[in-house]
Amino acid sequence: MQTAGRIKPPMTADNGWWWEQAAQQVLAIQRCTSCETLRHPPRPMCNRCRSLQWDFIAASGRGTLASYTVLEHPQFPGYQYPIAIALVELEEGERITAQLVGIEPDDITFGMPLQVSFQADPDGFVLPVFEPAEEN
Amino acid sequence: MENSLKNQAAIAGVGQTRYSKESGVSELSLASEAVANCLEDAGLAPGEVDGMVSYTLDSSDEIEVAQCVGIGDLNMFAKINYGGGAAVGLIQQAAMAIASGVCNNVVVWRAMNGRSGRRMGQGTGQQIVSSDLIHWSWYQVYGMLTPASWVAMIAHKYMHTYNVPNDTLASVATTQRQFAVSNPAAFGYQKPMSTEDYYHSKMVSYPLRVFDCCQETDGGCALLITSTERAKSLKQTPAVIRAVTQASVQGQEQMTSFYRDDIASLPEMEYAAKRVYAMSGLGPDDIDAACLYDAFTTEIVMQLESFGFCGRGEAKDFIADGHIGPGGRLPNNTHGGLLSEAYIHGVNNIAQAARLIRGNAVNQPDKTVDHVLVSSGVGVPTGALILGRD
Ligand SMILES: [Zn+2]
Repeated sequence: MQTAGRIKPPMTADNGWWWEQAAQQVLAIQRCTSCETLRHPPRPMCNRCRSLQWDFIAASGRGTLASYTVLEHPQFPGYQYPIAIALVELEEGERITAQLVGIEPDDITFGMPLQVSFQADPDGFVLPVFEPAEEN
Repeated sequence: MENSLKNQAAIAGVGQTRYSKESGVSELSLASEAVANCLEDAGLAPGEVDGMVSYTLDSSDEIEVAQCVGIGDLNMFAKINYGGGAAVGLIQQAAMAIASGVCNNVVVWRAMNGRSGRRMGQGTGQQIVSSDLIHWSWYQVYGMLTPASWVAMIAHKYMHTYNVPNDTLASVATTQRQFAVSNPAAFGYQKPMSTEDYYHSKMVSYPLRVFDCCQETDGGCALLITSTERAKSLKQTPAVIRAVTQASVQGQEQMTSFYRDDIASLPEMEYAAKRVYAMSGLGPDDIDAACLYDAFTTEIVMQLESFGFCGRGEAKDFIADGHIGPGGRLPNNTHGGLLSEAYIHGVNNIAQAARLIRGNAVNQPDKTVDHVLVSSGVGVPTGALILGRD
């Protein structure tokens, strides 16, 4: 899946910090510092208490497969197909969407345990992916 | 419901262009032709139009269409966001303008070179210019660039949760094609699709195959909304707006509501259902036919449950029993829908609903059609509409 051609996220005040953590191999989950509610994807305000103050926790990287799809067509330059995409239920309770690697599409099953890993593209861009994990 | 739009306005005109894969003309040309045909159908002079509404995705500005068609003074012009989620939102905007006295006659449209020009199924690429660039970027980075890729995630979860077989999707695709086969305006005109054809179509993003996906179309479609009273003096049988609403709910994202509690249903569509049933005083049993938004087959399956035509997980049986086909309890998209007529972003589904109320639609069911339900785009901020006979 390594590629330098993927569409990179724009880095703004609302999301750039998350990718900076990913570059350090940290799977970050944003946390409201006022009420401690976790949220993902990141946004500037807590929808529980309206606080604009936040920090983040480093997720364990463990989770289970909530849903998935396998992208086959159309195929875009900058990506290698087929691409399995996982919706991961993290053990902290938040969900995250990311690529699923290290498994044939036919072997993927709902609920399977997953573990994050970090892959670097040839141009140095680092992004979290998930792979099958041993049962806990 | 205090702020009811019930029976205040009606669809009094329907117009469209030829639907094709290569129009050979500009989107402004398609928009103008659709609007002009719509006014001709209604028997209303362009100078009588005082409001115009389209999609944020539509490339033709209101004033450019007005210039072409000969529309003069305008009191209201608006564009509605969220792709196909805008569809019945156009009707709500028009009905609000009429009910409040701001406008007398509002024309709404969508026109696009969806095949020869910018193809939605070909991905978002680098060209997104909207403010939700960050939103899409969480998916683009992994290669999720198409509506099919985003819709597949929820559809797959739903199918896993309720044991929905792929045959259910095949049935939706072939049933709607069966309608299109006898619709001269449709892509699927005289082009039958068998279950084998369905399974031979290319896998796009599991569980969605090419034949689970809507057409890509060049064409335009327009509707005239006026007061119910005024509609009665125009040429056509009015399709009275019994209820209309837009609908977005907590945790709403555009195509990727992957992070809320229940990801095997369509909460925004359930909210739309609650609103239109309350406003109209009707329930699922009162709906005689439907034009549910069908960019993908799975959206039909899930919406049958959102709108209460059957219980959770029961849509596969409802479909297997033939209820959405010819002669069924709820004939759905009897023109072929976005899947097999044309993808005019849902406005062509509203047009078919208005024709069903007039009683002269292609594949008009062999029964009295008093009420037709229409919905906007699925998995996005959406809406619903119920049309009825005067
Ligand atoms: Zn908070």
